[in-house]
Amino acid sequence: MADLRRTGLYDLHLELGAKMVPFAGYEMPVQYPAGVMKEHLHCRAAAGLFDVGHMGQVILRPLSGDVADAALALERLVPMDLLALKEGRQRYAFFTNDAGGLLDDLMVARWDDHLFVVVNAACKAADIAHMEAALSDAVAVEPVTDRGLLALQGPGAEAALEALAPGVAAMRFMDVASFGSAFGTLWVSRSGYTGEDGFEISVEEAHTEPLARALLEREGAAPIGLGARDSLRLEAGLCLYGSDIDATTTPVEAALLWAMQKARRAGGARAGGYPGADVILSQLETGPARLRVGLLPEGRAPMRAGTEVFAEESGGAAIGHVTSGAYGPSIEAPMSMGYVAAAHAGIGTRLYGEVRGRRMPVLVAEMPFRPATYKR
Amino acid sequence: MKFTEEHEWLRPEDDIVVVGITEYAAEQLGDVVFVELPEPGTTVTKDEEVVVIESVKAASDIAAPADGEITEVNEALADNPGMVNEDAQGDAWFFKMKLSDASDLDDMMDEAAYKKFIA
Repeated sequence: MADLRRTGLYDLHLELGAKMVPFAGYEMPVQYPAGVMKEHLHCRAAAGLFDVGHMGQVILRPLSGDVADAALALERLVPMDLLALKEGRQRYAFFTNDAGGLLDDLMVARWDDHLFVVVNAACKAADIAHMEAALSDAVAVEPVTDRGLLALQGPGAEAALEALAPGVAAMRFMDVASFGSAFGTLWVSRSGYTGEDGFEISVEEAHTEPLARALLEREGAAPIGLGARDSLRLEAGLCLYGSDIDATTTPVEAALLWAMQKARRAGGARAGGYPGADVILSQLETGPARLRVGLLPEGRAPMRAGTEVFAEESGGAAIGHVTSGAYGPSIEAPMSMGYVAAAHAGIGTRLYGEVRGRRMPVLVAEMPFRPATYKR
Repeated sequence: MKFTEEHEWLRPEDDIVVVGITEYAAEQLGDVVFVELPEPGTTVTKDEEVVVIESVKAASDIAAPADGEITEVNEALADNPGMVNEDAQGDAWFFKMKLSDASDLDDMMDEAAYKKFIA
């Protein structure tokens, strides 16, 4: 794995017995000795620590000094209302392209004098170039390369982090704040990618491993690999960029309209003004031809990414396909998400996924498959 | 007990053999979440896919270790596929079969040879 990068926790992963795999240009832990199933259940029952240091952290600093100008500038690239994003709050966002497709999804946090964004590892170089090209008249794009990123998720996360960074317990879902600690200044958001209450913690490089060790010493905390991260996020109905959403899927098709505030829709105060707005807004008007939906197989066989979906038990052409599929350890059943023709996207519709040449019944289902436990 | 290069074990029991996968194979697969078994009475040929296993990682097939007829399957696995991870070489057997030619076993590895094979 010669050309792969490592996060600051590489040695710790090996010490913990992780199985390392290439992921988005990094060598990352896919699982620890406990294994995917136990790690998944542990995170839901206690607290799971994830190394997400491969993700991109970027500061957008307004040239004017007024963070509202940075928010307005970033609105050129995302269909979100960032002007309304209050200081100390974070919001889910995505970069669109001219065809209305998605270039990446990200989190945008508003601090007192800058925006802080976290983007996917595989997209970060492109995202940074994209922001530099489009925003440099208004903001300085500053990649943060000297900080690690940890996620602590699960019902035990609050107590574990509060012990090391007093004050975090008072945060609500999607709050961001900085905390002094024995591990330097932590930039903390109350968010994550598991459907659990929890935190993402940006920490100076030198303090990353000591903080990770200190968190793992807290009662109930255990390391969680990419394998369980994937089944956790799928149970929570959250998209994986590159699988469930990509440059060919619009936010309307991807059922991500909840993330597009009124101000950026037709008739809104700042309607349009992002790449592909014409496509997205007209699709919003007319309805998309296909939709991302949850799919629950009626049998026990998982329907994995690539499985073709049909309206009938035999005959006919595929009306969709699965983009993510796995076994859900908490729901104790297989689960998938994918795109199906809008006419077949109603909750409760029985469709058929073709697994090993046989069409197996699958129901269109509400997501999340397991209710989130965010602290609102 | 005999072993194949496909990480199956075969335990002779009277005139049939009990077939499962090795602990080594189970560990490589990761947590097993789904097992699809053949119908008893099915005639199978060596290397024919007879069992589908899905783990948290991927789907894999188990092939018939020799020509013969499936006489019984372990229905308990369908309800509790995790048994494969807990007791691969014991309770989590997959099927029993009657070999067309019992001497097929003679060509398979014994435990020492299998251990060397996976080392």
